[in-house]
Amino acid sequence: MQFWIIQTLNSLALGGLLFLLAAGFSLIFGLMRIANLTHGSLFMLGAYLGATVLRLVPNLWLAALLGGLAVALFGVLFERLILRPLTGNALGQVLVTLGVSFIVADLCLVIWGGDPIPLAAPAYLQRPLVLGSIAFPAYRLVVLGIAVVTAIVLHLLMDRTRLGAMIRAGVDDMAMARAVGIPVSRLFSFVFLLGAALAGAGGVIGGPIMSAYPGLDADMLPLALIVVILGGVGSLLGAFVGSFIIAFIYTFGAALLPDLAYVILFLPMIAVIAFRPRGLFGRQST
Amino acid sequence: MKWLVRILFGLVLVGFPMLGGDFYVNLASQIFIAALFAASLNLLVGYGGLVSLGHAAWVGLAAYTSAWLYLRLGLGHSVTAPAALLLTTLMAALFGWIAMHASGLGFLMITLALAQVLWGTAYRWSAVTNGDNGLSGLTRPAPFGIALDKPAAFYYFALAVTILALWMIARFAGSPFGAALRGMRDEPRRMAALGHNVWLVRWITFVYSGFWGAVAGLLFVYYHKYIHPSTLSLTASAEALLGVIAGGAGTLAGPIVGAAIVMLLKNYVSAYLERWNMLLGIVFVLIVIFMPEGVVPGVRRWWTRWRRQ
Repeated sequence: MQFWIIQTLNSLALGGLLFLLAAGFSLIFGLMRIANLTHGSLFMLGAYLGATVLRLVPNLWLAALLGGLAVALFGVLFERLILRPLTGNALGQVLVTLGVSFIVADLCLVIWGGDPIPLAAPAYLQRPLVLGSIAFPAYRLVVLGIAVVTAIVLHLLMDRTRLGAMIRAGVDDMAMARAVGIPVSRLFSFVFLLGAALAGAGGVIGGPIMSAYPGLDADMLPLALIVVILGGVGSLLGAFVGSFIIAFIYTFGAALLPDLAYVILFLPMIAVIAFRPRGLFGRQST
Repeated sequence: MKWLVRILFGLVLVGFPMLGGDFYVNLASQIFIAALFAASLNLLVGYGGLVSLGHAAWVGLAAYTSAWLYLRLGLGHSVTAPAALLLTTLMAALFGWIAMHASGLGFLMITLALAQVLWGTAYRWSAVTNGDNGLSGLTRPAPFGIALDKPAAFYYFALAVTILALWMIARFAGSPFGAALRGMRDEPRRMAALGHNVWLVRWITFVYSGFWGAVAGLLFVYYHKYIHPSTLSLTASAEALLGVIAGGAGTLAGPIVGAAIVMLLKNYVSAYLERWNMLLGIVFVLIVIFMPEGVVPGVRRWWTRWRRQ
């Protein structure tokens, strides 16, 4: 019993982290048609920056805020200075994001070294929550809560505000959105900033669970890719549902069949591609 | 004039092991393997317009299969090599079927995700792959009784296989089938309207390209006599893609020149500093921004302009 509850909580926490990563990836892909392969590196960069902030100020939430802001700044500069001049060259943009992800990974290795750096959860969340005979790790529940709140805020932003309506218009038909006077170019920067901030903050918040280590980017990026393939590009709901499906499959796969955890990730991908190639919640692309 | 250059080039290739030291002969063998790997990827990237970021999967899968069959079942090279090629080609058929459901960047993302799944499995499934330690204690084959353990012997073997493979790849690209493939790269909808089966042509190309990737994988594992999960990593796929794009996608010579550049850069620089990943990233960014068409088309254009004057 304890095993199933703990693994379920682990899945929920991982699902929350994956959502923070995949939501930005999906929005960037949906609006800008860029497969941003630096997204895993942004997550890792956030985790390392968070570890450094925590050494100075022992407050994880402050670290998440500062880490998210710093990564957002990096993302905006990257978008404006490097991706923008390559507009119209989709392949070139993807290759540049791949190149920058190698550069960031190696810089992190130079700065923070090869050993994993653990990030401590806030002291008041380190004690497990005891209900009857079962103990829940409190921090994982908080991570889940943060992801759900973020999902609701993002949904309201996309569904209820003028900004969100403009982004949706850009995702659906960019040429028409431009023609009716929507500043699509500024939206690009905003969406990239939002995606980078979520990934960076997600890295810090994930720190107490997975810590910061070289290769964190290569571990997270494929999971985010599979989430987006499964959920459908440009769909927040797809990213949300996909994140939890993948997190459950991956966590239980790793616990029950540790050798083949990655192979099991194949199965939902094959299923969705065979029966619904554009993803569970993806729309017909124009 | 053209034939003279070709004969001279052939003489240099044949005579190289007699002139160069062991280090350079081994480096040349590695360049042949990288060139074959890049040329097989070029079928997809250059002629098909399908950018794969998972091509290292074929090298790794063929290498692991041949190594595992030899170490665990004690089979000889005459069995392991065809078995590795067959299994890898079948996997390419499956991966191709999955990846062909998407086009453009979706294809790139799916190939990347599939290859990362194999890479993660190579790390985790230590009962079969020995995990991070890799599989060692392998041997090189002895075709027709000729031992390949000396650098020069392996050089000629790799040269022969690479030339055969490049010839087969060139035949494929130059055939009517290759022309249809290029047509689908440029105008997929018109080709479909003309009655071509776009899906089938691309899928066959994917499988064929996976087959030659597997051949490169066999050469790779024969050369190193060792295989590690990093062979399947995104870095390995990216190196091959950089070779294709740096040299010039969609040309025959481009990937060979590009792979040679990447291999020389890697060997030369890694002797002095350990920052290969950073350099790879920087070269990637610079190539995309300043030389998007690649070295071979760039030099060719420069050459014709110079001749005209």
